[in-house]
Amino acid sequence: MTLFYALIALGSLALVFGLILGFAAVKYRVESNPIVDQVDAILPQTQCGQCGYPGCRPYAEAIANGDEINKCPPGGEATVKKLADLMGVEPKPLAGGEQAEPVKTVAYIREDECIGCTKCIQACPVDAIVGATRQMHTVIDDECTGCDLCVEPCPVDCIDMLPVEQTKQTWKWQLDAIAVKQID
Amino acid sequence: MDSLLEQIERGTLWQFPGGVHPPQQKSLSNQQPTARLPLPDKLVLPLKQHIGANGQLLVKEGDKVLKGQPLTKPTANWSLPVHASTSGEITAIKPLPSAHPSALPELSIVIAPDGNDTWCELNPVSNLHELSHKTLIDILHNAGIAGMGGAGFPTYIKADSHQPIEFLIVNGVECEPYITADDLLMREHAKEIVQGIEVMQQLLKPQRILIGIEDNKPEAIAAMQQASTHNTKILVRPIPTKYPSGGEKQLIRVLTSKEVPSAGIPADIGVLVQNVGTLFAISEAIYKGKPLIERVVTVTGNTIGKPQNVWALIGTEIKHLLDCQGFTPVSEQRVVMGGPMMGFTLPTVRIPVVKTTNCILAPDNQELAEPGDEKACIRCSACADACPQTLLPQQLQWFAKSKDYDKLEAYNLFDCIECGACSYVCPSEIPLVQYYRVAKAEIREQKLDQIKAERAKERFEARKERLEREQQERQNKHKRSTSRAAKPDAEKAKVADALTRVKQKQGDKSAVQAAIERAKAKKAADGSLEPDNSEVALERARRKEQARQYKEQKHSEDTAVNENSNESSSKKDAVAAAIARAKAKKAAQQAEQQSEPPQHAQASDSDAPKAGDDPRKAAVAAAIARAKAKKATQQAEQQSEPPQHAQASDSGVPKADDDPRKAAVAAAIARAKAKKAAQQAEQQSEPPQHAQVSDSGVPKADDDPRKAAVAAAIARAKAKKAAQAEQQSEPPQHAQASDSGVPKTDDDPRKAAVAAAIARAKAKKAAQQAEQQSEPQTEPAPQSEDKSDSEPQTPEQKRQAAIKAAVAKAKAKKQAKEQEGNDPS
Repeated sequence: MTLFYALIALGSLALVFGLILGFAAVKYRVESNPIVDQVDAILPQTQCGQCGYPGCRPYAEAIANGDEINKCPPGGEATVKKLADLMGVEPKPLAGGEQAEPVKTVAYIREDECIGCTKCIQACPVDAIVGATRQMHTVIDDECTGCDLCVEPCPVDCIDMLPVEQTKQTWKWQLDAIAVKQID
Repeated sequence: MDSLLEQIERGTLWQFPGGVHPPQQKSLSNQQPTARLPLPDKLVLPLKQHIGANGQLLVKEGDKVLKGQPLTKPTANWSLPVHASTSGEITAIKPLPSAHPSALPELSIVIAPDGNDTWCELNPVSNLHELSHKTLIDILHNAGIAGMGGAGFPTYIKADSHQPIEFLIVNGVECEPYITADDLLMREHAKEIVQGIEVMQQLLKPQRILIGIEDNKPEAIAAMQQASTHNTKILVRPIPTKYPSGGEKQLIRVLTSKEVPSAGIPADIGVLVQNVGTLFAISEAIYKGKPLIERVVTVTGNTIGKPQNVWALIGTEIKHLLDCQGFTPVSEQRVVMGGPMMGFTLPTVRIPVVKTTNCILAPDNQELAEPGDEKACIRCSACADACPQTLLPQQLQWFAKSKDYDKLEAYNLFDCIECGACSYVCPSEIPLVQYYRVAKAEIREQKLDQIKAERAKERFEARKERLEREQQERQNKHKRSTSRAAKPDAEKAKVADALTRVKQKQGDKSAVQAAIERAKAKKAADGSLEPDNSEVALERARRKEQARQYKEQKHSEDTAVNENSNESSSKKDAVAAAIARAKAKKAAQQAEQQSEPPQHAQASDSDAPKAGDDPRKAAVAAAIARAKAKKATQQAEQQSEPPQHAQASDSGVPKADDDPRKAAVAAAIARAKAKKAAQQAEQQSEPPQHAQVSDSGVPKADDDPRKAAVAAAIARAKAKKAAQAEQQSEPPQHAQASDSGVPKTDDDPRKAAVAAAIARAKAKKAAQQAEQQSEPQTEPAPQSEDKSDSEPQTPEQKRQAAIKAAVAKAKAKKQAKEQEGNDPS
């Protein structure tokens, strides 16, 4: 008989707590960010297509579906590391032996040589080139992601990728200048 | 418990945590009064000496400037002007090393002083209390005053605080060793500083003004107390000497017990801090009208022969300051801008004094030894004890070394004021502040990158969306046009209505002509603009709509045409022309109003192109063609003239093309149009016979009840017309006439090929017509003015016409080839 009461008591307790838990699970459910969005947020959004996908979002989707995480040269090692953390895989060197710390560049059109063919305008994934047919084109520096996509279509090869100039705002104290000596 | 205000009035002071007591070294430079330097050989004025944007240059190389003359104009937010520090000539405007640890070049204006030191006209203010808030702010803005304590924050922004200010704190603490610039300024110019304080008082209306001065400056305290006796709201507060009590947040804490929230500004808690140097500059700007062109700089250190404070013009090179004060460099000499705690070693002494330069320190190797090698952290936690911001420097150091930026932010790295107290106390000589500065720069850069990536993403998505939308629009266009083609008679009625109105108006010729001019000018403009944007699309849609209306109109009237087909007279012809013009006016009104270029005045009516050799007129061809089509339609519907008549009036156009240049331009346009049409055709794939619908052949082709995709057809027709232009230079009206008769089945992609065939046919027909014309003329409307121009062909020209036809054929072939060559598809 005692056993019976005990079972009833425990059973009812279990039922009550189960209901509370079930209710809480529905009511206070935390919407987790879909993995694609999280991956997309890590990618540098240069839209350069060097990963083989047409833009960063498609690559994010591919990663979510199990593609390699080391196909993003503009992101460099830092991006690979973050992606590895997020996806729970081992970080690996960049595919194609790209440099670990990519140099940021912007496109520059040598305006004297531009013939106004608009081909680069069509190639630019972020509409960072302005110009019109048979008019000189120019790059909006601030909007250029340095994706290189405009270089190839140019029929007169008047587009250079220049490294972003350092300004006082982007300058960093040279830690290398501080001698670090190992004490034996 | 007393209220905060009562406690402050009673003179209660609070304490901030941490802090250090480095050797003062102030007596080196505070024994002599402030000196004036001789004029330097040159002044280098960087455009940007503050936090914020550059001003816009007002001067150029070679300009003569007067002392105090603005050299830049503030433009964007947070931009301040710079002023000429002395009179002289501008010898260069170029990037030169800036007063920054990196010494990265900054656009600077170089002035060669003329030695006269002539002031420009100054506008001092005497009636301070009558000036509006805005006027005062503008004076501060235009005087180029930036915070002179070190950060260089534009003062006009601070003074224009939108938050209520309870306490105005005057920072005369000057806690850093060696520096005595503020000390001397307070001693010598206490009155002016108090005047500056009162200007700020008027602007901000604080409850109390607290002047904080470290108790190691008794003379300055006495001077300030004396100067401020008349104002009971000003309280001079000597505070204990401790580094960094001159930090904004620390001073607020000491004087008011309030704490500035993390990532907040003092104004958030009703406090505003101004440096005494800034207040002096404010007083100079208001009461003397002088912009900020000089400041007190402490030149000190053991290698300086005469360490003291000097009035240095902004832009004076550090080298000049050192030379004037008897500088004897030692080996491995360092020159530091700022104090020993927060200053930075200058990479070169060819760097100008800027608005924030308060001290030039040239120590010898004993007094300020090079930091030794960094040793391992022994976790003594001396840094944490010294930190005035109660951060954990040791933890931050580990995170900075491992580049763990998230953790750094979690440990409030950005609350670090970089005072250097932690590095000062570190027994392992770890340059902690350097690590934090690098980490801060990295984090800032990452955030900027993040923002940029976000924007790139937005732009990328916007572009994708736009491309999709355009695709959709192109696809919809065809669907819409086919469905609308069979629209009921409502539009027809509308058009008829408009026509009657227009008829009444036909006397008013000049106005009508003006309207046509406008329309043509607009069309011409449109013709020259190729880019595929919404405006052009709109215009195209409108044209299409119009064409459709006329087509329907024509269709309805068609039967009537047949009944009355034999009625024709020159009078009617003239009326028709007038109606056509009026119609064009209506079209022009529908289109957006646009000022017409006067040179298109001659293009005003159907035959006007004849008059002009203007090559640009060729661009008007499209407009003319449309007008012709319209006219033809009207003629048919009202007068039921034979279609040939319409063609006859049409023949004015080819006339115009007699000009060879014009023909060439027309051919170019034709290519462009063909390309456009081809693009449209790609999606629309309308029956090829609709091609006829548009040109001079409109009256005949209009019989076709299906009017779908008229716009494309019009474009093609234009191209065609341009192609004809060359052939028609010889037998113009006949070719034109034959044009309408030729079965035009040319589909755009195949257009080039077909063009040749058409041309041949046309030429043939022209020849035939010429033959006919050798007999008595049977054409119904020979009297029309344009017609009469093309009339000179006499019977004897039969042979001539044949030759011309041959020529036309050849030309057509050439044209076709050209088109083929240029066809983008």
